[in-house]
Parts: sequence; structure tokens; C-alpha cells
Amino acid sequence: MSIEVRNVSKRFGSFQALDDVSLDVDGGSLTALLGPSGSGKSTLLRIIAGLEHPDVGAIRLAGEDATVVAPQKRGVGFVFQHYAAFKHMTVRDNVAFGLKIRKQPKDAIEARVEELLQLVQLQGFGHRYPAQLSGGQRQRMALARALAPEPKVLLLDEPFGALDARVRAELRVWLRRLHDETHTTTVFVTHDQEEAMEVADSVVVMNDGRVEQVAGPRELYDAPANEFVMRFVGEAISFDGSLVRPHDLELSLEADESTREAQVERVVHLGFDVRAELVGDDGRPFVVQLTRDDAETLELEPGEIVFVRAKRSRQPA
Amino acid sequence: MPRFSLRGIAVLYLLAVLLGPLAMVFYRAFERGAQPLWTSLTDPNTIHAFKLTLEISAIAVPINTVFGIVCALAIVRRRFPGAGIVNAIVDLPLALSPVVVGLMLFLLYGRTGWFGSFFQDHGIQILFATPAMVIATIFVSLPFVAREVVPTLRELGDEQEQAAHTLGASGWQTFWRVTLPSIRWAVVYGVVLTTARCLGEYGAVAVVSGHIEGKTETATLRVQDYYENFNQSGSYGIAIVLAAISVIVLLAMTLLRPKEGS
Repeated sequence: MSIEVRNVSKRFGSFQALDDVSLDVDGGSLTALLGPSGSGKSTLLRIIAGLEHPDVGAIRLAGEDATVVAPQKRGVGFVFQHYAAFKHMTVRDNVAFGLKIRKQPKDAIEARVEELLQLVQLQGFGHRYPAQLSGGQRQRMALARALAPEPKVLLLDEPFGALDARVRAELRVWLRRLHDETHTTTVFVTHDQEEAMEVADSVVVMNDGRVEQVAGPRELYDAPANEFVMRFVGEAISFDGSLVRPHDLELSLEADESTREAQVERVVHLGFDVRAELVGDDGRPFVVQLTRDDAETLELEPGEIVFVRAKRSRQPA
Repeated sequence: MPRFSLRGIAVLYLLAVLLGPLAMVFYRAFERGAQPLWTSLTDPNTIHAFKLTLEISAIAVPINTVFGIVCALAIVRRRFPGAGIVNAIVDLPLALSPVVVGLMLFLLYGRTGWFGSFFQDHGIQILFATPAMVIATIFVSLPFVAREVVPTLRELGDEQEQAAHTLGASGWQTFWRVTLPSIRWAVVYGVVLTTARCLGEYGAVAVVSGHIEGKTETATLRVQDYYENFNQSGSYGIAIVLAAISVIVLLAMTLLRPKEGS
């Protein structure tokens, strides 16, 4: 089911959470809303779900105006950062909630719950209460609960934000796989650019209540629309009047008209990569990322003078 | 060392202020044997007084339970202008002397009161009858359920309710399936406190009841009645029954409390 956001603005008191945002999400896609905190990404997601109402603008779901439709009638599944588990219900009852509300026959509910518990690898945990689960298990339960009524759109608000790094990495892969199997239109909010790039087909970068750029992960990294996106998606350094990535710079031992002089401060070996910390002729420090082989050829040592050239520039600084 | 002396002071204080008098009540009640006690307790007017107390509580407690939950939901979940004032007004009966409450009802429902003539014209007796006693009891026992539920609702947050909405539950379904089960122990605790307050109410009821033996006399009023008529074992006997109910209520409360945490 496609999602259309048309000129939506939302204000909380004096804070402009969303400022004339328009966005198209294709049916069946997996989209990330990426931005720093306060950028309006969660508010946008909650407006799509119907949990908040826009001050102006419209939401269309599958081409139908849904701006004033109550959340329970939108056919969306929502996953909260802090799980929002029904604490007084077992895992089984949590997952079955949406089906019981829809008054489905008992054996159909049981079969569907069993199937979902299997999908989220919680078979055998059905009789437990949320308090007896780990964070990752709780979030998987919340996912199963959201998926149970077969929503046409799955919305996830920083779904892995409260989990530790290892569990987060697991669930990312799992979410990607789930989407590839079900093809449910999925939108998730994250402030982690790596997470957005790894999981999503399409990334919506937000800042200050506005959409800065909508693009695939690769395009976003290679051709950022502006300085904000450039700096937010990956590392950016300012070199000779333009913004470049640390691996866009090339070092050599000979000067020509396209190079600038710099002194090596420190060389850090990161396995495959080498990071050279330099100080430019203008006294500003910056970082260059090069391969191990290149670093060995140059025999970089602290104190050495090198010449730096930009292989490509991505943004005027 | 200071810990022991602190504990000692606390225990002594409880003995002197609470348990001592309670023990005296028991002692006095049985001072002249069980026979006069039994006679006073089985007196038709005494039985009527207990019945009336239970009747009034049976009306006041459910009303205040529903009102308390609605009120707490309004205070915590609805952002409306004046929510703070509502929150403060709920506490008013705690701050106000019950005698003043009785007096207010007198001024409202008395012959010259605002509503007095209306009910009189329609032949409905409010003052010196059960309705005024029920109203007075409702008034004084109003805050307890709301006071218990408000902090629990705040702590609960509204994410679970939002989750229920996105799963297709209507407001009403969300309340019955998610909100109420989550606050149930707070409600139970509030009901226990409300019941205790209703059973023990004296001041406000004394003002509006008219004290008619066998008609508008509640258990607490009966205690005073017996006492003033030099029937000591009678008054202490009723006091014991009331105290026993309170002890049971307290026990129920302590038994319920730990469950809330788990």
C-alpha cells in the first residue's frame, strides 16, 4: 500500500516539528526516515499511523485520503521503541490481541499466533509474560503483535534503539529478510545512518522538520543533495573549499598544481584501512582514509610532509 | 544505636496512640460479660444501624469507584484547560471538615436551600433521610479511588493504549482490555480505602441525618447514641465490630499491596 504525505505541518507549542513535508512511499518498499533527534521523523511516522494529527496537510493511504481516519481503521502495524508490550498479558495474548479485537475464530487465532511466534523465533515463549523476556525478545514479540492482523503498512519507531549493538545487528538483518518475504510496505525511523543504509531501499533524510533528500543508500552517500546530508550520512571533511569523504583524498610525495601540502600527525592502522591524521598548510587538522598498500608505499611517518589531492568533490563547502 | 531508639520511639508511639485505645475498647466491651454486649448488638435498632451503614456504602462505593476512574483518566489522559483545578478539587473532601460538608448539604437541601424547595415540592425527602446521608458519604469518600489511580496511570504512560489503537481496538475496547487491567490493583486499593471511609463516616452524616433511632441512625451514630445513654458495653460492642471490619480491610490491603509490584 502506497503512502502519500502532502504538505504536512505540525507544531507542538512553539516547536515546529514538521514544516510543509511532502513524501511518497511506494507500495511494497522498505523506507528509512533518518535524521537527528528533533528532526521530526518520529512525528511524521506517528502522523502516518494516525497517532498524531497534522495541523495542515493530508495523508493518503493507497490513494485514499486518511487524514482524519482513526488509527484503528488505518490498517497499519506500529512498533514502538520501548515495545509497548501489554504487561498483564502473556506473549501469546499480546500477539493475539489484534485478532481477538477482530473477533476471528479461536482456532484461526491460535494457528496464526503459532505461525508468528515461529516467525519471530519465540516458539515456546507463548506462556511467558513480557517482564520475563529480554529486550530483543520483547521487540520481536511486539513485531509479531503488529504483524498479526496482516497490516498493509508496517511502521517502526526507532525499533532497535533500546537494544544493545549485537541484538540490534541481528534484528536489522531479520527485518530486511522479513520484508523480502512479506513485501509489506515498511517505514522505520532511525537516527543511525548505518542502520538506514543497511536495511532500507530508500532513505528519507530529515532535518529541522523538513525532508532534505530522498534517495537510495548509495546515491545518498555518493551524491548528497546538500551539506547537511553530506555530513550526516558518513564522514565529511572540508578540503580546499569543498566537502569530500576521507577516502576521496589522495596522498603523494610530489607536489603539483592540484595538491596542497600537509604534515602527518599520526597514522592509525584499522585493519584493512589506514587513517592518516594530517594538519594542512592552513593549520586545520583533517583525516584521510587510504588502503594499507597505499600507506605502505608512501611509508607514512609522523612529522612527514605529504601532498594531498581531492580525487572527487561532492559538495561545495 | 540511633536506629534502635528510633524504632523504639515508633513502636511506643503506635502503642500509646493506636493500640492502647483499641485494647481499651475491647476491654470495656467485655467488662460486664458477653451477655449485655450480645443484647446491645442484637437490638433491632443496632441491626438496622449496621444495615443502613452497609446500604449507604453499597451505593457510595460503586459510584465513587466509577467517578474516581473517570476522573483520573480525565486528569492524566486528557489535556484540557483546568485539569490542574480538577485535580485539586478532587482533594477538597480530604481538606474539608466533614461537619462543614454536612453544613453545606444543609444549606443546599434545607427548606430555604437552593434545591430544598424543588425536592420538597416533589415530595422527596433529602435531609434527615437516606439520600442526604448517601450524598454526604459520597462527598467525603470521593478522593480515594482517583488518588490511587492517578499516579498509576501516570507511570503506565499511554504507549500501551496507542499500541491497542493501532491494533484495531476502539477506545472502549482499549479501556476494558488494556487500561483497566493495568490499573486494577490501584482501583482495588482505592475501593478498599473508600469502603473503610464510608463505614467509618460520622461527622457529615451526623449533621444531615437527624439521628432518628431505627431510621436514620448509622453504626457510628449508634455508638454515640449508646454512649450518651450510658450503655457502655453497647457502644463499645459496636465499636469492636467497626474496628474488626477495619482490621479486616487493613489485612486485605496488606495482602493486596505486594501483588501490585509483581
